[in-house]
Amino acid sequence: MSSQVEPIDKEEDEAWFASAAKVYPMEVKGRFRKIKWAILFITLGIYYFTPFIRWDRGPLLPDQAVLVDFERKRGYFFFLEIWPQEVYYLAGLLIIASVALFLMNAIAGRLWCGYLCPQTVWTDLFFRVESMIEGDRRKRITLDKQPWNAEKILKKGTKHFLWLMIAWWTGGAWVLYFADAPTLVYDLATGQAAFSAYVWIGILTFTTYSLAGHMREQVCVYMCPWPRIQAALTDEHALNVTYRYDRGEPRGHLKESKKRIADGLPAGDCIDCNQCFYACPTGVDIRKGAQLDCIQCGLCIDACDSIMTKVGKPTGLIAYDTDDNIERRERGEASVYRLIRPRTVVYTAIIALIAGVMLYAQLNRSMTDLSVVHDRNPLYVQQSDGSFRNGYSLRLLNKHNNEQSFTLSVEDMPKGATLEVVGIHKNAADVTKDTQLSLSVDADTTRSVRALVFSPAGVEMPSSLPMSFKLVDTETGETTVISDFFRAPGK
Amino acid sequence: MAEHKKEIDQVTGVETTGHEWDGLKELNHPLPKWWLYMFYGTIVWSVIYWILMPSWPLVNGYTKGLLNYSQRAVATENFDVAAAERAETGKMLLEASLEEIRDTPALLEFAMAQGEVAFGDNCAPCHGTGATGFEGYPNLQDDSWIWGGDLDTLSTTISYGVRAEHDETRYAEMPAFGRDELLEKEEIIQVANYVGSVAGLPTQEGVDLEAGKVIYEENCAACHMENAKGDLETGSPNLTAPTYLYGKSVEDIIAQVNAPRHGVMPAWIDRLGETTVKSLAVYVHSLGGGQ
Repeated sequence: MSSQVEPIDKEEDEAWFASAAKVYPMEVKGRFRKIKWAILFITLGIYYFTPFIRWDRGPLLPDQAVLVDFERKRGYFFFLEIWPQEVYYLAGLLIIASVALFLMNAIAGRLWCGYLCPQTVWTDLFFRVESMIEGDRRKRITLDKQPWNAEKILKKGTKHFLWLMIAWWTGGAWVLYFADAPTLVYDLATGQAAFSAYVWIGILTFTTYSLAGHMREQVCVYMCPWPRIQAALTDEHALNVTYRYDRGEPRGHLKESKKRIADGLPAGDCIDCNQCFYACPTGVDIRKGAQLDCIQCGLCIDACDSIMTKVGKPTGLIAYDTDDNIERRERGEASVYRLIRPRTVVYTAIIALIAGVMLYAQLNRSMTDLSVVHDRNPLYVQQSDGSFRNGYSLRLLNKHNNEQSFTLSVEDMPKGATLEVVGIHKNAADVTKDTQLSLSVDADTTRSVRALVFSPAGVEMPSSLPMSFKLVDTETGETTVISDFFRAPGK
Repeated sequence: MAEHKKEIDQVTGVETTGHEWDGLKELNHPLPKWWLYMFYGTIVWSVIYWILMPSWPLVNGYTKGLLNYSQRAVATENFDVAAAERAETGKMLLEASLEEIRDTPALLEFAMAQGEVAFGDNCAPCHGTGATGFEGYPNLQDDSWIWGGDLDTLSTTISYGVRAEHDETRYAEMPAFGRDELLEKEEIIQVANYVGSVAGLPTQEGVDLEAGKVIYEENCAACHMENAKGDLETGSPNLTAPTYLYGKSVEDIIAQVNAPRHGVMPAWIDRLGETTVKSLAVYVHSLGGGQ
């Protein structure tokens, strides 16, 4: 670990613990800063405004595009509707997310950490608010050192107030994903919302304010598990924010290195101006090489490039580069960029495979379904005429937005077998077979019924006869066949 | 730690902790102070918790805590809330006829769920968890009933029981033909073999079945009927079905004719209430044998 923590007094017992040194990142301008701003606006825009997007699903269902409806046990994502038993879609998304993280890492290091992670995005926003109120690096250091006076109180007060407002809005946006957003906003404003909504807003206000405002890089260095895993997953071909020491060393101030050149001594391009260090939001000196604290946000590249331009040297002393290339250049070979490597291919293949499976499952998602559980106790019941009866618990699913009627039948039973469903009367007019009957399921719900199957009297039954239940949607013709068994004592 | 002498590792330039294992030294990367303060915070939190919440076991009981919190009280409260919620559907159940319950999917699902639980708690000890009964305890799954298997009859039987201590209980007793010397031993063997032959059981050798038939018509047919299919009105079992309550062999029939055993089913109406009894009737009816 580098400079986050400096032992205060090494002679004391407290050398095991040390105060975190506050990082005062300098504002920079450049390519990566622009990219970071763009990503910040896009991601926060998505987060804060998505709950207000409407999506018409008909009169019975909520019209919020993205909604996790715990009360009715449904998840909505634009055209998708997820039932609790389909939560494997979420598992699939999480697998894709983690492999995408590995892929990003294999291609260009900590892209997630540097640009996309909520901790980075919110911290970036909080830094911006801080420098707007208190000024850039030097002014902030001075302000912190000066004694408390009206100016300091005003600036600090304004900053913390703005931070809390952002944090509060963040918490407020969170709860909107779990209820109808416009209604909830009105309820929150008028004090009628559920108590849990206020509690969650409170929790997220606190975490946003403390993590993005106060903990900042400490979250990445001491709390987050990803840097540890990331370090184990990287290789020498992965692009990383790299100080090209082959070009920079030996470093020295501008005058010093000019003198060395005049003396015929080797001199690197690094003028030791420390701008890369000042610009770093986690307080890392990139010239010490790859390190756990470096989130690879690229701001040191912007800082160094602007200095290089000023002193008339080529940019890119700090740049996205690979360990392998530095070694190659030191050996006098040309740089090679290998984006297509076994690991990037494998990661891409895994993502494509899982995305393909999920897409297939979604496109072939049944709108109706049936599950069958055979009675365990008793397996069969002998009737007074010597025939046998088996009981089954059936659950019928109707994901349609309207009541749906079905034909339920039993297949592969001997001639003379009959089917009954408790609570459903067979109507002689529309029943053509003894093993078939019709029933309906309300819109967007399930119905559980108890089915009884009777073997014909006087027919010898094997101990286990494979048979099946067939559910046909009378409107769409969608058919579900579930295999089960008919049990009897047998021989 | 106070005596720890400062030592700098040559390779990394980092101070060591002074700890050494087999020549390996530990570099000192101090944890941030906030980490330590969080640890202190958890200690403070635990003390506050001890004061506010039930925590320390004592010889008699435990420390109650200032908030007087009790999981048992919370559970009771939740139970009352759930009971109040159920009471609404329960009321609909109470008002509906048994047939209406059977024909209304929402009421049927509720009654079956409630009936299943009530059955497990109250009926399963005798009738079995699968309601298939045991010797002497009727099987409720099949379609062979002693007092009848339609919804109203089931409800009556569950409410008032059989041979129970209730004014409206069902009552029937078969005479003890052997013990009370109503029939000779030989006659009992003959009638039992005749009944066995009707039920399709292997009969004993050399027994006069015709004589048995005559004895049956004179002594048994009044209750069990000419065709031996029993009578639901009087609670006389069907003797032709493969569902004998006290064993299915001629020997068992002889024992039963000689000195019948009579089981008792308690009356449940006062103990469970009308709603639960209705649910039980619907549940038992739904098992498959309902008529």
